Amino acid sequence: MKVLKKEKFPQIWQAINQAYELYLPIEKDDRVNFAQWTEGETVNLEALKTEISPKDVIFPQSETYLKFESDGKKLQLESVESENREYVLFGVRSCDAVSFNLIDNVFLREPIDRLYEKRRNKGTIVSLACSEPEENCFCSSFQIKPEEASPGVDVAAWDLGDKILWKPVTEKGQVLTQKFAQLMEDASQQDQEELIKLQNAIKEKVKELPLASVDPKVIKGELKEIFESKVWDELSQSCLGCGACTYICPTCHCYDIQDFAGGNCGERFRCWDSCMFSEFTLMAHGNPRTTQKQRFRQRFMHKLVYYPNNHGSYACVGCGRCIEKCPVNMNIVKVIKRLGGEG
Amino acid sequence: MSCSCHGHVDPLVPKIAVIEHIRKDTPDVTTFRVVNPAGGKSFTSLPGQCAMISVPPIGEAMFSITSSPTEENFLELSIKKCGIVTEYLHGLEVGSEIGIRGPYGNNFPVNDELKGKDLLFIAGGIGLAPLRSVINYIMDKRDDYGKVDIVYGARTPDDLVHKEDIFNNWPNRLATNVFLTVDRECEGWDGHVGFVPQYIKELGLDTNKVVLICGPPIMIKFVLQGLEEIGFKKEQIYTTFELRMKCGVGKCGRCNIGDKYVCKDGPVFRLDEIQRLPDEY
Ligand SMILES: Cc1cc2nc3c(=O)[nH]c(=O)nc-3n(C[C@H](O)[C@H](O)[C@H](O)COP(=O)(O)OP(=O)(O)OC[C@H]3O[C@@H](n4cnc5c(N)ncnc54)[C@H](O)[C@@H]3O)c2cc1C
Ligand code: SF4
Ligand code: SF4
Ligand code: FES
Repeated sequence: MKVLKKEKFPQIWQAINQAYELYLPIEKDDRVNFAQWTEGETVNLEALKTEISPKDVIFPQSETYLKFESDGKKLQLESVESENREYVLFGVRSCDAVSFNLIDNVFLREPIDRLYEKRRNKGTIVSLACSEPEENCFCSSFQIKPEEASPGVDVAAWDLGDKILWKPVTEKGQVLTQKFAQLMEDASQQDQEELIKLQNAIKEKVKELPLASVDPKVIKGELKEIFESKVWDELSQSCLGCGACTYICPTCHCYDIQDFAGGNCGERFRCWDSCMFSEFTLMAHGNPRTTQKQRFRQRFMHKLVYYPNNHGSYACVGCGRCIEKCPVNMNIVKVIKRLGGEG
Repeated sequence: MSCSCHGHVDPLVPKIAVIEHIRKDTPDVTTFRVVNPAGGKSFTSLPGQCAMISVPPIGEAMFSITSSPTEENFLELSIKKCGIVTEYLHGLEVGSEIGIRGPYGNNFPVNDELKGKDLLFIAGGIGLAPLRSVINYIMDKRDDYGKVDIVYGARTPDDLVHKEDIFNNWPNRLATNVFLTVDRECEGWDGHVGFVPQYIKELGLDTNKVVLICGPPIMIKFVLQGLEEIGFKKEQIYTTFELRMKCGVGKCGRCNIGDKYVCKDGPVFRLDEIQRLPDEY
């Protein structure tokens, strides 16, 4: 285990940036979101959650994967290789780190999504424990431990005031640590003790959170029973179908495929899409989801029933972003509670 | 420049195919025969599987492979004009190049549950396309299967697809019956008139067979009702679904019915499997 003094931050950002692309929570116009670091940016590692999850780094919002040229008869296709260097994603919270594994379950199963796989393999993920979980957090409902390194991260870090504790957990994490070891010191006995204190404090705080008692297991019964539940009418009533919840959600992975052309040449790209939109499932002979109720139900059935049936875990990490961002104050916590029978 | 090595290429990247032959089946359905630029099939498939066809810069759309897997030299797709991709495809000529990727989805269990059985095929309109792949497969391995009944309906005689097969090839095969019907009386048509579900009841078929259905959702719904009334069990009936598709590989999240992705877990389902899924298709 190492410690990295916060006064060394500018130096290490610079150093990492020489060898990798570096993504950090960056503050701009009062908003904090993950973005590629450049000299002079305001890094904000205090903000608990970025407004949008960092999934954009592993699954870009828009990504070109094919170039084409067509004269109406002859067609040429060329797959586009992403030009990204190896990257370091620094300061990922436990919930978001777990969400990467959930997207992996979809994109890395056969047939493997090569674009995603390549990007994913290029990343070294440094997590940052949540010293101050807040009122909309309910990661513990999904057995996520914000005081520990989430499965899949390469380095785990904890904020100890004027320094961070730095613990490589994978080989990639070791490599990163070795590269910048001259900026770090070995952790002392006292640092170790402080870590345990911090972890215990986080555990206590998590227990006290207002949403700590949210439990998706209250949703019981057969798929069809849950699907046909009366509560969907009432829950979906106010939903505007704006799709905000799907864009900010770290586990939503739906995408669209579009062609963009100028003259004979063009590109094919994929971009995030939302099951909350009315055209998502539109076909020539009709639309299986014509009402907002059906679309709303799809989003939450996917997170709470369909995905678990297919992958063995819920597709929510309790980040609470949908609680903060929905314009009509609807969210997965309300859905879980109502499906579980709460008034 | 085109990518022939598909090992590390993303599944979304199509390869090139050339249109070798075009046949106009009906005013709005055309059957395209496609091959590799160097000759041969783009890929091997099983009866019921689909291919994603790309026509940049217009886009992509999913189609059933209507040729039999026993057809060694090409793939065929019967395409109904109903939107921008299909419209563009209908404007192409022999020699035009398109993109193709696949095969996608599961298949009718020709080597398992269908083996040795009497089979009843029920199709409406362009719905004959995926079933034709099975029928021709079976015709090529005729001894492995029992009696074959084919009930096929369209709005008008002009809308019947694969006319060579339904009028000439199949009726002349051993133990094979073809029953055709059109929705309304029509000049020059002396065959059956009426909707497919009603025709099925009138035919008085015995129920000791496996049924394969494909057609417009409304037809499928009524046919299923009718079959159960006659005494068919859900375990004997297979059908296919059509939902909006983009990726074809179970990732874009577009084509699910409950916890099943039609592009990957379907498009072929046995009726008893559908029973536990929500009625959202
Ligand atoms: C598994 C599967 C097998 C299919 N097999 C065949 C086949 O063998 N022959 C055939 O002609 N068609 C088949 N289809 C339907 C075919 O994919 C659509 O007709 C086609 O996508 C329409 O594309 P378009 O770009 O021309 O239409 P668009 O311009 O995209 O749209 C025109 C209209 O068609 C709708 N549409 C878009 N995608 C679909 C879709 N997947 N199904 C139905 N309507 C759609 C649009 O919402 C719109 O209302 C199949 C579809 C699936 C999912
Ligand atoms: S559903 Fe809401 S709480 Fe759950 S992961 Fe998505 S945004 Fe976060
Ligand atoms: S639940 Fe809220 S955020 Fe999501 S689409 Fe509906 S109104 Fe928008
Ligand atoms: S078409 Fe993308 S999941 Fe089925």
